[in-house]
Amino acid sequence: MSDNVLELRDLNVRIATRRGIVRAVDGVSLEVPRGEAVGLVGESGSGKSMTLRAILGVLPAEARVTSGQILLDGRDLVPLGNAELNHIRGPKMSMIFQEPMSALNPVMRVGRQIAEGPEVHLGYSRSRAAERALELMSRVGIPDPERRFHAYPHEFSGGMRQRVMIAIALSCDPEIILCDEPTTALDVTIQDQILRLLTRLCRESGVSLVFVTHDLPVVAQVCQHLAVMYAGQLVERGDVREVLLDPRHPYTLGLVRSAPDFDYVRESLMPIPGSPPSLIAPPPGCRFHPRCDFAEEDCRVTETPLRMLPGGRATACLHYERCSEAAAADRARP
Amino acid sequence: MPADEERAQPRPARRWYRQPALVAGLAIIGILVVLAAAAPLITSYNPITQNLNATLLGPGAQHLLGTDQLGRDEFSRLLYGLRNDMRIAFIAVLFPFCIGIVLGSLAGYFGGWVDVIIMRLVDIVFAFPFYVLVIALVFVLGPGERSIYIAITILGWVSYARIIRGEILVAKRQDYVLAAQSGGLSSVSIMGRHLLPNVITQAIIYAMSDIVQDILAIVTLGYFGLGIPPPTPDLGSMINDGQNFMTTHWQLTTIPGLAVVVVGLGLSLIGDGLADLIRPGQS
Repeated sequence: MSDNVLELRDLNVRIATRRGIVRAVDGVSLEVPRGEAVGLVGESGSGKSMTLRAILGVLPAEARVTSGQILLDGRDLVPLGNAELNHIRGPKMSMIFQEPMSALNPVMRVGRQIAEGPEVHLGYSRSRAAERALELMSRVGIPDPERRFHAYPHEFSGGMRQRVMIAIALSCDPEIILCDEPTTALDVTIQDQILRLLTRLCRESGVSLVFVTHDLPVVAQVCQHLAVMYAGQLVERGDVREVLLDPRHPYTLGLVRSAPDFDYVRESLMPIPGSPPSLIAPPPGCRFHPRCDFAEEDCRVTETPLRMLPGGRATACLHYERCSEAAAADRARP
Repeated sequence: MPADEERAQPRPARRWYRQPALVAGLAIIGILVVLAAAAPLITSYNPITQNLNATLLGPGAQHLLGTDQLGRDEFSRLLYGLRNDMRIAFIAVLFPFCIGIVLGSLAGYFGGWVDVIIMRLVDIVFAFPFYVLVIALVFVLGPGERSIYIAITILGWVSYARIIRGEILVAKRQDYVLAAQSGGLSSVSIMGRHLLPNVITQAIIYAMSDIVQDILAIVTLGYFGLGIPPPTPDLGSMINDGQNFMTTHWQLTTIPGLAVVVVGLGLSLIGDGLADLIRPGQS
C-alpha cells in the first residue's frame, strides 16, 4: 500500500437544483502522497471547490456525495457524521480560503481566532492556546505578534490576513491542508511571499497540500503533481512539469496556451473557444469535444474515463498523441 | 520586514456623542433613572402612607404635586411608581431577549423542520394583538409582577426570534462560517462564538423599542387593575385613580401620563440613536 494521506476513489457529488441535478463532481479519483502537494486546476465551475468541500464534509445543503470514497489515512470520511468529522477537521485537515477578509470573523480578535482550534481540538487552556497563537503568528511572519494578537481582521492588509489564515490552518498540526485559490485575491508580489511561506511551512512540518487554482505558474511553483479538471471530471493527471510541458489532453493544452508566459512571450494568447458545458445535461462522449480542435467522430459517442499512460500519467483523451504533437509544435515555434 | 506590512487606515470613528438622538435619549433616561433610584433621598414622604386629613391637596411647598384621594404625596408616588415600572420593564425585556435569540439562532442556522416548528410558533403568537394577549394572560395568571414577566416573555420572544433568524440566514452564508465549519467547530460554538456577535446588534436595537412597549403594557395593566397590586405605586394605577378627579385635580392623571410619555420618548431616542450609530447610511 502506497503512503497516501488522502485518496479519492470515484467521488461523485450531485447538487439538486430547480432545473435538474447538477453532476458537480463526476467520478474523480485522486491520490495525495504524504508530504507532497497536488495542484487541481480548471476553469470556474469545473468542480474544484466542490471537491474540496466534499473532502471537508462542508458541502452546501443542496449538494451530496452520492458515491465514492474519501480516504484520509485509509479511513473513509463519506459515511461519517458531523460530530465525528469535527474531530478530523482541524487536527487532521484544514482549509485556506481564497478571500481572507471574508473568511475571518470580522468581530473577533485575530489572536483568538488562531487560538480557537488548539483550544477546541487539543484541549489547550485559554492562556496556552494564546501562546500557541503567538508562536504561530511569528512563524507565519506577522511582525509584533503581541500587539497584533488583539487586532481585528479589518486592521490587517490582505497579505497579513492570508498569513493569519495560514496560521489558523496550521494551528492544530494537520496532515493535509486544502487551499482554495489562496493567492488569487492578492497582488503579485505578496502572492509570491505567501506561496514561499506556505511551501516552506509545509515542507518543514511534512504537511501535504491540495492546491486549487487556475493559475498555472503558481501550480508549477508549489506542486509536484497536477490534476486537471473539466466539467466535473479529471481529464489529465501526472507530474506537474510533464503535464505542463507536454500536455496529453487538449483542454490542458488550451489552459497552457491561454496562460501568459514570460519565458517566451507569445505573439498572442490563445483562448479556448466556447464555454464550459452545462453540468445538468453534459454532452455525450468526451465532455470537451464541442470545444476541441482535435475532436473526431468517436469523441462524440465514446465515454472517456481516465486511462493510465506509461510514466505514471493519465489522460481522458482518446487521441492524446495529436495533442502531444501540437504541444511539440508549440515548443518548436521560435 | 515583509512588504505588505502597511496597516489598513483606521476609519474615522463614529463617536456616540455625535448622535443627537442618542445623546438626548441617554440624557432623559439618565435623569429619570437617577431620580427613580434616588427617590428615598429626594422625597421624605412614604409613597404608601395615607393621611386622610390631607387628601386631594393642590400642588404647593409641602407637597410638590399635591396629594391624592388618600392623602398620599403625589410626587413621592410618581418617583416610586417610575422606579417600579422601569425596574419591571428592564427585567421583563431580558427573558424574551434571551429566549428569542436562542430560538431564532436555531431556526436560522439549522433550517429544515427546526425552522418550521419555531417559525410556526412565532406566527401563532404574531397572529394576536400584543396588548389583548398580555391582558388576557395576566388576567388568567393573576395580577402581579411574576405574571407580567411570564406574559411578556411568552409574547415578546417572537420578535427577537424573527430578527435573529433573518440575520443568521444571511450571515451563515459568509465564508467565515464555512471556515469555522472547516475548522471542526461544533454547531453550538459556531452559533455562539461566530454568528451571534455578528448579528446581535439588531436585537439590541430592537430591545430598546421593546422596553417602551413593555412599559406601556405594564402601565396599561396597572390602569386596568391587573398590574402591581395596590398600594405599591405604579403609574398605571395612578392614572386610573386620578381619573375620578380629572375636572378638579387634573395633575393626578396628567403628570403620571406625561411621565410615561417621557420614558417612552427617551428609550425610543436611544434606540434610534443606536441604530444610526451601528448602521450608518441606512436611516
